Amino acid sequence: MTAIGWIQILLFCAIIIALVKPLGAYMTKVFNGERTFLWPILRPFEVGLYWISGIDEKREQHWLVYAVSMLLLQVVGFLALYALLRLQAGLPFNPAEQSAVAPDLAFNTAVSFVTNTNWQSYGGETTVSYLTQMLGLTVQNFLSAATGVAIAMALIRGFARSSMRTVGNFWVDLTRCTLYVLLPICVVGTVVLVWLGVPQNLSAYTEATTLEGAKQIIAQGPVASQMMIKHLGTNGGGFFNANAAHPFENPTAITNFIHMISIFAIGAALTNVFGRMVGNQRQGWAIFAVMGVLFLVGVVVTYWAEASGTTGLHALGLTGGNMEGKEVRFGIVASALFAVITTAASCGAVNAMHDSFTALGGMIPLINIQLGELIIGGVGAGLYGMLLFVVLSIFVAGLMVGRTPEYVGKKIEAREVKMAMLAILILPLMYLGWTAVAVVMPSAVASMANAGPHGFSEVLYAFTSATGNNGSAFGGLSANTMFYNLTLACSMLVGRFFMIVPAMALAGALAQKKSIPPSAGTLPTTGGLFVGLVVGVIVIVGGLTFFPALALGPIVEHLAMTANTLF
Amino acid sequence: MLKEIRPAIILTIALSIITGLAYPLAMTGIAGTFFPSQAGGSLIEKDGKVIGSALIGQEFTGDQYFHGRPSATSAPDPSDSTKTVSAPYNAANSSGSNLGPTSKALNDRIKEDVEKLKAENPSAPIPLDLVTASGSGLDPHISPEAALFQVPRVAKARKMSEDSVRKLVTDRIEGRQAGIFGEPRVNVLALNMALDQASAN
Repeated sequence: MTAIGWIQILLFCAIIIALVKPLGAYMTKVFNGERTFLWPILRPFEVGLYWISGIDEKREQHWLVYAVSMLLLQVVGFLALYALLRLQAGLPFNPAEQSAVAPDLAFNTAVSFVTNTNWQSYGGETTVSYLTQMLGLTVQNFLSAATGVAIAMALIRGFARSSMRTVGNFWVDLTRCTLYVLLPICVVGTVVLVWLGVPQNLSAYTEATTLEGAKQIIAQGPVASQMMIKHLGTNGGGFFNANAAHPFENPTAITNFIHMISIFAIGAALTNVFGRMVGNQRQGWAIFAVMGVLFLVGVVVTYWAEASGTTGLHALGLTGGNMEGKEVRFGIVASALFAVITTAASCGAVNAMHDSFTALGGMIPLINIQLGELIIGGVGAGLYGMLLFVVLSIFVAGLMVGRTPEYVGKKIEAREVKMAMLAILILPLMYLGWTAVAVVMPSAVASMANAGPHGFSEVLYAFTSATGNNGSAFGGLSANTMFYNLTLACSMLVGRFFMIVPAMALAGALAQKKSIPPSAGTLPTTGGLFVGLVVGVIVIVGGLTFFPALALGPIVEHLAMTANTLF
Repeated sequence: MLKEIRPAIILTIALSIITGLAYPLAMTGIAGTFFPSQAGGSLIEKDGKVIGSALIGQEFTGDQYFHGRPSATSAPDPSDSTKTVSAPYNAANSSGSNLGPTSKALNDRIKEDVEKLKAENPSAPIPLDLVTASGSGLDPHISPEAALFQVPRVAKARKMSEDSVRKLVTDRIEGRQAGIFGEPRVNVLALNMALDQASAN
């Protein structure tokens, strides 16, 4: 670990903290339908979209209608993307002549992008056409991100409103998020990325003759426009197989820094939107602090583990940490930091191969996802995931002192706690359940690239990543098989919608409640005690759930590594 | 609820056109106009022929060139399309080795490379990045230590003095960006092109 490494980490944290308030203020205005500086340019488009789609922006929806609207959008988006993947061979913008994607892979990929997972069973440059990249993957990058933010907005309104039956209008939230938040940042960001070296063209792959006279086919495409939304929307599906480790996706340490900031920006700012909407920004900062504590612990452990290297490398006289699967231009620190960011948020882009991380360095990304990706989290998804844990923590605190728990003026009662528990429990059911199935199936075991405990970690990571809608991988696992394509798609769907629908039910139930003013017996939810309580509940619930599985994978592997046992 | 079907279909189509066609195509137009070289993949041409991209590593095996890092990329086996064969620096199929910290295969590979390098230059410690595969398999850079490590071999093969080769390397060391970001590095392709130029003179 070096001083310059820590400076990079601290600079990253400082920029995110600086973005929280201005971006939070802007987004609050956008979702309240107030004028912003982009209004003169974008408002006509917004009105036009409502007009052709028959949407009345003043008409609000009951939580159930809101949830059904959201599900309908997913169905249409899924069908469109599936069709595109199957038909791409005969459609334009296909200079590399990609053939139709196989049915199970197309199903997996369509589910993956609609659920904001962006799991890569496909290999970007070898599988999909430019049209699919743009009209399929890029579109879902926008829409799945906007969906996540919309759900978070509905839940925030649930807390902020008093005695109301509605939680907003899904179509309006979706449109505003896309037009006023995602698109403008992407347009500016794309230009900057191209300037820094990320390609953006529709040319065929280039054939080069290398200095030594060999033939090298260089894959190209409209990369920059997809990079921006892929990180800003915490999607993470790479244009190329190697994702953001590829020099075209991520040519310099500065583009790498821009990617990392984009991943956290919206999720961090949403905590401030929450604070503003419930009438006290300190409520937002308290949630941000919970996320910050968990994030920093992860960064320290991963950076330390990767900088320490492995016993195998030491035995060969190699010093300087673990560089297998990492790029020279990023080095250890920017690779370790990126890995923690991408799994804390539900992004899943990678700039180094997590499969080749040390046992403990790779365990932190795994834990981040298993905790529910609520450390900043996916855009929107992180905030509603965190609020579910807040409800649970408030409930636990209420039990301890024997009072009805309340949070930002809302009594937390049986229905709310049930919904929170349903959402929290469904995740381990998926990733532990499917991992258990996979490791007793010889055909599924055959997909592992590494032997020993690391092979188990690969499978556990795959189902964890899919359920958490992360999309990063211990990439050695050959997941493009019928079994993995279908079971991972199942995990993605359950992980996404069994989280969203209870969160929506919670939003509806909360909106109907009367707001009550805080009394002397109310637990203050803006101080260190509250932050400590929520961190404790997250770690304990998480720890009890997945510690046994971790013991079979990364922990035992770490012990084996220390003894220099190889598999 | 049935009336939500119309926005589901029409809004999806409209937003698809905006975000899936208008946005990437407009960006392609702007990028090509203002930054044609970057937008086109930072290609390097020599005598009208593309010899590579400044951002993409390529394979060097000869003693007279500086070598990049090990690359774990592969290509479909020409004789059996269900299998793959090793194809280092295949820029049409990027990937890392994905071998874990307790992998015997990884350990054997590194050991073999370490021994080769020790025989080549017994006087310096083995640079870590020269024996570890990059994440993309297309890493265009090596560390300054890894470049300096190869100076004796390259100088001997080119019949140049070590000092002149070393100077070519030190001239091409790129520092951290803005003094903070990333790591010091040397672009292997740029270095080898400079080397060819120097030899020609």
